[in-house]
Amino acid sequence: MNMENIHQVLSSFERALVAVDRVAAEKILAEYGPGFDPVNFVDTVIVQTLDNIGNAWAKGDVSLSQVYMSGKICESLVNSIMPSGGMKRIEHPPMAIAVLEDMHMLGKRIVYSVLKSKGYDIIDYSSMKTGELVGRVIRDGIRILLLSVLMLPSALHIKEVRKRLDNAGHEVKIIVGGAPFNFDAELWRETGADAMGRSASQAVEIINRLYERPQ
Amino acid sequence: MTVKTMTSMERVMTALQFKEPDRVPLFLLLTMHGARELGMSIRDYFSSGENVALGQMMLLKKYGHDCVYPFFYAPVEVEARGGEVIYRDDGPPNSGEPIIKKYDDIMKLKQVSVKDSPPLVKVLKAIELLKSEAGDQVPIIGVVMSPFSVPVMQMGFDRYIELMYENEAYFNKLMEINEEFCVEWANAQLDAGAAAICYFDPVSSTSIIPRSKYLETGFKIAKRTIGRIKGPTATHMASGRCFEITGDLAETGTAAVGVSVDEDLSILKSRCRGRLSIIGNLNGIEMRRWSAEKARDTVRQAIVDAGAGGGFILSDNHGEIPFQVPEEVLFSITEAVEQFGYYPLNK
Repeated sequence: MNMENIHQVLSSFERALVAVDRVAAEKILAEYGPGFDPVNFVDTVIVQTLDNIGNAWAKGDVSLSQVYMSGKICESLVNSIMPSGGMKRIEHPPMAIAVLEDMHMLGKRIVYSVLKSKGYDIIDYSSMKTGELVGRVIRDGIRILLLSVLMLPSALHIKEVRKRLDNAGHEVKIIVGGAPFNFDAELWRETGADAMGRSASQAVEIINRLYERPQ
Repeated sequence: MTVKTMTSMERVMTALQFKEPDRVPLFLLLTMHGARELGMSIRDYFSSGENVALGQMMLLKKYGHDCVYPFFYAPVEVEARGGEVIYRDDGPPNSGEPIIKKYDDIMKLKQVSVKDSPPLVKVLKAIELLKSEAGDQVPIIGVVMSPFSVPVMQMGFDRYIELMYENEAYFNKLMEINEEFCVEWANAQLDAGAAAICYFDPVSSTSIIPRSKYLETGFKIAKRTIGRIKGPTATHMASGRCFEITGDLAETGTAAVGVSVDEDLSILKSRCRGRLSIIGNLNGIEMRRWSAEKARDTVRQAIVDAGAGGGFILSDNHGEIPFQVPEEVLFSITEAVEQFGYYPLNK
């Protein structure tokens, strides 16, 4: 498939996802998928399109529901075309993701889906309180911890996570995201985090930067 | 020195009619700060309407702003249906495990009788007490979660978005149940003495759904619901963007919109002029660490951007000022309004 065709596929696929049109997305897969090796289709079309949509979210050009539903449609497409165990795997230090102290999982689910689709092996801790989270991070030997929060008090509690992990002598990079960080550009530093991401694709960039891995 | 010539009620009502009152109205939407005034934990404070009424009157006296805000916490409506509320010492009570775990649970939801629900009755009590204290001098702002936005707490954000896109029948059923409740709850607050209802509808913001989806869903729901609320409403986006849907919001019958700090106040003002008043848009999260100078500059700029011609109430951009915002910052904001907020405004 030449570059012009790839651009056409990318553009149609993105339109289908942003319209949350699962049928159209499946049609594109049926039409163009056979021209690709499955791993190549995931990398060239699905991951690239999710990146584009994630970047559009960070700029305010698409809505959160479109980002979330795009990820969900892509998850089922990937499952339908990839042989079991056929996903590309990226080597990286042990990594986990959690929501700190509330039940709002949406942001975490989006980041988790994108990382999985890109081949990262990430443990999902769901929602945890500070003490439980610190214990799990140490026990599982986690070196990259992604934390999602919805509310300001939860964001401020990341300081305590950092403090307890430091006191335990456990080295871990903490990457934070969620609404409070979007409204206060300085807040992530105050929490003792190593970085803040506004979208799933930014989270990937940060992970690669912190571990000096070319994307 | 400039002198106030209007009561808070007159000031707010004049602004909402797109006229210039004596000065720009200021809504400090403080909820948990009342607990601090009373030296109570947040949990104890919200355990009775008497506490909240007293806390609100103390905050009104302390800051001299232009409303009282007997909003307890967002999940009070979920609590009324038997849902869990999780208290914390440093922030608003949050909703616990969703009450709708599978779509079939929607069919089992029953209408809640407002007057038989203890969590709602304590809110009504606070409003009644405030009405007896503040009379018609200061507007009492009641609060409802919109039928379209409350499912985030009823079933979780991710599963609600899936419902919205993937199961129209269950979605419509849930909206039908929530609309009935919302109308009854809003009108009960108006009957108790609220002057207006803040209709929180962040899911309708274009931060969450595109306008096309809003027109199919949140817009129609708001139009039906607001049409049955027997008093003025202000729709609040709780930090979400609304520029693209301001015309639609005006069509729902709402009088004002609470706007995000992510959008330009002057552009919003020109787009809404004469159709929709604007409430906003001080950054509540950042406000926590504002200096007096930063507070003064930010307030002055907001007034310059949106104050002319009325139709503007200065407030935070989320509809609730975080508990971590210190009183020094709140005083700086009120002082800046006194300094820059009197009409005619300096350019």
